[in-house]
Amino acid sequence: MTAERKALINFENVSVQFGSQRVLQDINLTIEAGKALAVIGESGCGKTVLLKLIIGLLRPTAGKIIFDGKALVDLSDHELTQQRLRFGFLFQGAALFDSLSVFDNVAFGLRAQGKRPEAEIKEIVRQRIQEVGLPEGIVLKKPAELSGGMKKRVGLARALAVDPEVMLYDEPTTGLDPIMSDVINELILQTRQRRPVTSIVVTHDMKTAFKVADRVWMLYPLSHLRPGEEQVIFDGTPEQLRNFPDPRVRQFVEGEAKDRLREIQS
Amino acid sequence: MATVGREPPGGFARTAAALYEAIASIGEFGEFTRRTLSWLPRRLPSSSTLLQSFYTVGVLSVPVVAVTGMFIGMVLAVQSYSQFHQLGMATRLGVIINTSVVRELGPVLAATMLAGRVGSAMAAELATMRVTEQIDALDCLGVNSVHFLVVPRFLACVLLIPLLTIVANFMGVMGGALVSLQVYRIEEYYYWHNAEGFIGLWDLGTGLLKPMFFGAAIALISCHRGFKSTGGAEGVGRAATEAFVYSFIAILALDFFLALGLNNLHDALWHSAGPRLVG
Repeated sequence: MTAERKALINFENVSVQFGSQRVLQDINLTIEAGKALAVIGESGCGKTVLLKLIIGLLRPTAGKIIFDGKALVDLSDHELTQQRLRFGFLFQGAALFDSLSVFDNVAFGLRAQGKRPEAEIKEIVRQRIQEVGLPEGIVLKKPAELSGGMKKRVGLARALAVDPEVMLYDEPTTGLDPIMSDVINELILQTRQRRPVTSIVVTHDMKTAFKVADRVWMLYPLSHLRPGEEQVIFDGTPEQLRNFPDPRVRQFVEGEAKDRLREIQS
Repeated sequence: MATVGREPPGGFARTAAALYEAIASIGEFGEFTRRTLSWLPRRLPSSSTLLQSFYTVGVLSVPVVAVTGMFIGMVLAVQSYSQFHQLGMATRLGVIINTSVVRELGPVLAATMLAGRVGSAMAAELATMRVTEQIDALDCLGVNSVHFLVVPRFLACVLLIPLLTIVANFMGVMGGALVSLQVYRIEEYYYWHNAEGFIGLWDLGTGLLKPMFFGAAIALISCHRGFKSTGGAEGVGRAATEAFVYSFIAILALDFFLALGLNNLHDALWHSAGPRLVG
């Protein structure tokens, strides 16, 4: 396979602006099939926006996003809906449907496709629940009865139920204790081992970035950039990230407040 | 999300920004309406989804519409009686009560109750789904969120509001009659006899047609407010409030323009010479 054929997602000069608020500017990015990319950066730098652009939940103000050779902007509503079935999305707060049971949540995407009999759906749900390490008895519970870690795992089971080609993880470990965070990291790794899935993980948890990613990409908030500077301040492997000399990258990786505290207090 | 450091905008900039926001909102609402209506000829929601919406919008609204409709009729009787009595026309009370209820108060009351009871709840529910990313999750799972969430609510509001109006009309007429006949002791035969003939098929028809426009406005405005909600719990509260306020304004504005249009249509069809605002 050539390098071009392996490129699954391309960002071409993508910019996003909400009203007068610029979030992303001139982003160029290529994501290869089967790889795991971690997008890191401070809160509010546009990481989640980048993820939602990939799946077409948001549209860029300028530039275009190409998935598997097709520009998202050229797709009709129906084609975009079909395209989305190739993705799985684990939301930051899991985004479980609170009026439905765990079973109905995990089965939701499969039922929406309308291709499988109920018996097969039941078996797939059972397998996915088992895959994310939850007891079978949980299927009758409502999301409100679950802990944060359980919700994330149900959200992962729901995303995996439709056998996605690309998994998008939005802050998968935020709000979880260190042990549960590592459980989620392990599940992300296991998901990659079990199926040839491309993974994009948006996170500010450096443990997650170092553990699950082949490549790390760091975004910097536009409000802190000097004129002429690019918004992507790091693009490389986790190993390169450990020793990268840029003080902005070091500050984030080492988790130091430095000038930010002064900015907040001034 | 990143914010760009900038000077506080001046008066002109603020006005321009507000104007831009207003135009953008109207455009967004137009696009939202187009997306909703475009589903109707293509594919209807599943029967279970529709039934759930019909139950919430229709069945659960009957008690509140019935009670408020009855009180409106009773209040009309109380407020009108003394004037009619002084003119020696108390037996004509049924005319004013029944025509007021069937032509205006019933449809507007049913719509207002729907906006308050159902519109705000729809906006709050959808806004909660928006801020917890459940609407995004629907789209990600290959389900069109407008088709799944908005179309059933739209159909329920448009199709069931005429039935709620009938309930409001009936209870309003009964409430007026109750007070007139039982409290003011107007003779029953003359009360009903005099009221006959003042409400024709045209009044009944337009009285049931207008609410369908009100229902469409309530559903679209409320769902749009919910879909566009931002900002957590505060945003959810704001969506619910805006849904009612905007729906109520839309109901009254639509009522005015529909009354005008329908009256002119009536005149054009039957060459009536009654007083009209235009034409």
